[in-house]
Amino acid sequence: MIVGSNLEKVINSGNFAVTGELGPPKSADIETLKHHAEEMRHYVDAYNITDNQTAIVRTSSIACGAVLVQMGLEPIIQITVRDRNRVCIQSDVLGASALGIKNVLCLSGDHQQFGNEPGAKGVYDIDSMQLIKGLKDMRDDGVFMGGEELEAPVSYYLGAVENPFADPFEYRVDRLEKKVNAGVSFIQTQCIFDLERFKKWMELVRERGLHKKVAILGGVTPIKSLGAARYMKNNVSGITIPDEVIDRIKGAEKKKEEGLKIAIETIEQLKEIEGVAGAHVMAIAWEEKVPEIVERAGLYPRPNV
Amino acid sequence: MIVGERKPFEQIEEIVDSNSKILVLGCGTCVTVCLAGGQKEAEELAASLRIKCKKDNKQAEVDALTIERQCEYEFVDQVKSRLDEYEIIISLACGVGVQTITERYPSLLVMPGLNTKFMGYPLEQGVWSERCLGCGDCVLHLTRGICPVTRCAKSILNGPCGGSAEGKCELSPEIDCAWHLIHERLSNLGRLKELETIQPPKDWSSSHHGGPRTIVREDVRLDSGE
Repeated sequence: MIVGSNLEKVINSGNFAVTGELGPPKSADIETLKHHAEEMRHYVDAYNITDNQTAIVRTSSIACGAVLVQMGLEPIIQITVRDRNRVCIQSDVLGASALGIKNVLCLSGDHQQFGNEPGAKGVYDIDSMQLIKGLKDMRDDGVFMGGEELEAPVSYYLGAVENPFADPFEYRVDRLEKKVNAGVSFIQTQCIFDLERFKKWMELVRERGLHKKVAILGGVTPIKSLGAARYMKNNVSGITIPDEVIDRIKGAEKKKEEGLKIAIETIEQLKEIEGVAGAHVMAIAWEEKVPEIVERAGLYPRPNV
Repeated sequence: MIVGERKPFEQIEEIVDSNSKILVLGCGTCVTVCLAGGQKEAEELAASLRIKCKKDNKQAEVDALTIERQCEYEFVDQVKSRLDEYEIIISLACGVGVQTITERYPSLLVMPGLNTKFMGYPLEQGVWSERCLGCGDCVLHLTRGICPVTRCAKSILNGPCGGSAEGKCELSPEIDCAWHLIHERLSNLGRLKELETIQPPKDWSSSHHGGPRTIVREDVRLDSGE
């Protein structure tokens, strides 16, 4: 056991883990975020809090994470390398730990040009790989990225993301391995709509035995409408939605129910794939459906570990 | 080479302001080659300014002159007396040229007529592309000739990020993913294994982040007083 977060315990117990996702608002009023967190209580093992996702200014992930801790819930704070240099990131991670946050997810972050401050200077002092390695060394060796020693130990459960749908496909597993070597314990993938490609990727993962070294949580997003599906397909960087999925929504009488069904079926399939340790449910602007998805996918109640 | 792009005419007009003795100063090196600030462009801009002044019934004298390089005292000194004749000099050199003349002759008013864009080369006639950020610590040996610091929008050293699709950057289908190119190149060279190494954080102090840079070479400095 590294830090003993709930997520770590669920993963280590061999149970199929479930994480949810909360996006902070473009204001300091986080009542809605708290409300969604409350709705998902007992249905997810931990909550991702996004870090200015799609480069849009929002309340900080660490601040929202601290509020969740106060509510007795477990956040996974996302940290991107877009907006902060190594001085700030290390400082923020120490601060997050001091606030009781136990899970950290390392990402590159969407480029600032996608957001509402397209003229911002992108920082990119380090990349996501260096972030993982740096935070691992901080935790395991007690040293900052620059080599100086910490005055006291710090601990957190480290995760990262991987996108099996990005290119070059054959390099995606190499890159996962690199992240494992850099020090991550869990991986959340980009939203899975193309299950065949995901399965092919998992095959390569298993060939290298990587599923035994890192817990892979498959990303699942319920599609709320045909428009949402098309928007994701065309506008969200790193997401692939096959035409069959679009057609299925298009042909359905009850489009929302079809979207939920696809998500639930995806989770059910993920449970069957060797080496998949859990599902990460990203119900963007549809957070209230998470309990239903979890329940219908046969993942409720959550294990008490 | 340094690639520049002329400022919009309206902005140049604003910079010229009420000055009536104007020199458009071209530069014969990089910006001539990239068709932004050589003799031809200097003459064109001077002509445009003359027409505009005439249209606005403004009395003004606008000339054009081009020197070999605005970034070396040697070439600037040769035309000092000409430069003295003008109230304002619109330099079509890169930012280095503007500053070299300003530092050499603080009494002159030298203003930019060009936006200095980047270090790059022409991919084809009329298309220039950035290739070097001047980070001060070249990594091209690690990637066999493709710069991730410059060509990756996130300057990732352990790429590609999750936004790479079909060989293109998440920013635009017009931009090649540098890491896709690197992967392809190393794959062709049978050197993919090299990508397994986790490249450590870059020391940015060799770049502009360490403050303005100066190189001192004692071996080539001129001895003084000996």
